[in-house]
Amino acid sequence: MNSPNQSGWKPEMNASEDSIHSGPATVSGNRALMLEEPLLFEIGHIETTGVDLPDTDIAVGNRLGGMERSDPIGLPGLSEPETIRHYTRLSRQNYGIDLGLFPLGSCTMKHNPRLNEKVARMPGFADVHPLQPASTIRGALEAINELAHWLIDLTGMHGVAMSPKAGAHGELCGILCIRAALEARGDAREIVLVPESAHGTNPATAAFAGYRVEDIPATDEGRVDLEALKARLGPDVAAVMITNPNTCGLFERDMKAISDAVHEAGALVYCDGANFNAIVGKVRPGDLGVDAMHINLHKTFSTPHGGGGPGSGPVVLSEALSPYGPLPFTARTKEGVVHLVEEENAADYGHTDAFGRMTAFHGQMGMFTRALTYMRSHGADGLRQVAEDAVLNANYVLRSLDDLLDAPFGASGPCMHEALFGDEGFGGDLSTLDLAKAMIDEGYHPMTMYFPLVVHGAMLIEPTETESKAALDQFIASMRSLAERARAGDESMKQAPFHAPRRRLDETQAARKPVLVWEPSDE
Amino acid sequence: MPRYFTDEHEWIDVEGESATVGITDYAQEQLGDIVFVELPSVGTMLDKGGDAAVVESVKAASDVYSPINGEVTEANGALEDDPALVNTSPEDEGWFFRMTIGDASQLEGLMDEAGYKAFVDSL
Repeated sequence: MNSPNQSGWKPEMNASEDSIHSGPATVSGNRALMLEEPLLFEIGHIETTGVDLPDTDIAVGNRLGGMERSDPIGLPGLSEPETIRHYTRLSRQNYGIDLGLFPLGSCTMKHNPRLNEKVARMPGFADVHPLQPASTIRGALEAINELAHWLIDLTGMHGVAMSPKAGAHGELCGILCIRAALEARGDAREIVLVPESAHGTNPATAAFAGYRVEDIPATDEGRVDLEALKARLGPDVAAVMITNPNTCGLFERDMKAISDAVHEAGALVYCDGANFNAIVGKVRPGDLGVDAMHINLHKTFSTPHGGGGPGSGPVVLSEALSPYGPLPFTARTKEGVVHLVEEENAADYGHTDAFGRMTAFHGQMGMFTRALTYMRSHGADGLRQVAEDAVLNANYVLRSLDDLLDAPFGASGPCMHEALFGDEGFGGDLSTLDLAKAMIDEGYHPMTMYFPLVVHGAMLIEPTETESKAALDQFIASMRSLAERARAGDESMKQAPFHAPRRRLDETQAARKPVLVWEPSDE
Repeated sequence: MPRYFTDEHEWIDVEGESATVGITDYAQEQLGDIVFVELPSVGTMLDKGGDAAVVESVKAASDVYSPINGEVTEANGALEDDPALVNTSPEDEGWFFRMTIGDASQLEGLMDEAGYKAFVDSL
């Protein structure tokens, strides 16, 4: 066995030449404890192995019918410490909510309480399998059922489909319910209206479900143009997909009037619930006439997302749509136990019009247990405070920066969960991208940028309720400094980031000529 | 050769029975570095205002709409290899597609160069 190159050091690696750090270059290429990390393929060798298997006397034989590999697979072998160090080093170069403020607008990057993790790891939740007999997973089904009722209560809706796996999957589930309901009454329609202030996934969902999409413009204050919407409604419109609070960070205060107009025209209302964090415990979407809304458990109810875990996007449904909701769902039997309603027993519950299924099984159990833990530990009053604190924090950011950064909808009243700025007033040819890169030097993950499209050079900041005033003040101090430099046309921002492990990457070239596959060098 | 403009920032050059369509300098400026262009295939029937092409930049993906009714007769294959042409030469080498003129009267509702300039200045 060759001696593996433990650190991944290569002779041609030198300390980054464009580093602004003073002092001599290091031989290793590392900077203090910030380590350079090559690819696994560059550390290991295909000739080496990290495991030592005993010789076997089991006759393996050929059971692959001539389809077995004839060449080595080409994966590098590494020892256990090499493997662990590789991934631990990579993790140090990552940025997550556990490291600092993560202001990615519309993503609700909130703290994931460790209590959630403790509960999700209890064997009765963590070690169950969807094909186990129902009698052996009563507790897990009980938990799903309880979470379902929390979601129905918090939204004032009639039913819920728990199985969708994430936000856009939930949107699809909701739109398929709407399609099933319209077809059931013999009134298949063709058009879905999507306001400019809605999430970008909404038109994609409608198109995927076979509808044609038409835009509805936003007003100057960043809300749905009610009159334009009313003018477009007609017998060909199946649904309107509205994001509320919307991507301008504003509450759609005409929501009830919008729903009434949509219903009067025979269409249905889909609400994108991605921004539910701002109104949970304060407003029940069912009271606003919403027919279907997905809830991102991974946003509002603190289950990990991004690189940290899968999403979960249950869809709450109005009385009009509930009969068409997908299987399976939980229900309590006469004997008082919770079980899953599937195709075999749907008729017992009068649920014969389900449009089908979204998934093979019941949904993301690990996210259900975390979300339910969050709800139970916060209680209804705690969830209301979550919304209030999230909105307070966003408004604090908005009003602490709006003298230096252009806030196009600053005059439209308080914002909800996120503060929206544009690049108006930047000096020279500095852009939102330059400011975002300079944020990395300040130690912050940049906010959502260039969305929503209605604002030039948009910067969408969502601090969430997680941050303390001290943390927000530090963030605001950094942002004020960056905003002042941007207004002054500080050309050095075009070079940012200076202090990151890598300087500015060529995003254009990466998109035009992506290198997606590692190739061994010829040496 | 008359050139017309739409309020969606497409330009259209009319030459006899054929028209060439692209996006304006203002549009490419707003989009930033273009990284991908999806063009309609020859023979596609386009409707005025309907989706004709997709242009993707580092910032956003946008639809390009057909300024008039007609059938696609040629697509600019050079954009597939070098989408940057839309940035460097939006109103010449960076053209998107050529089409027949299904209904010449639809041209009348479009802007001329001066009209488009005034429109852009008003944005």
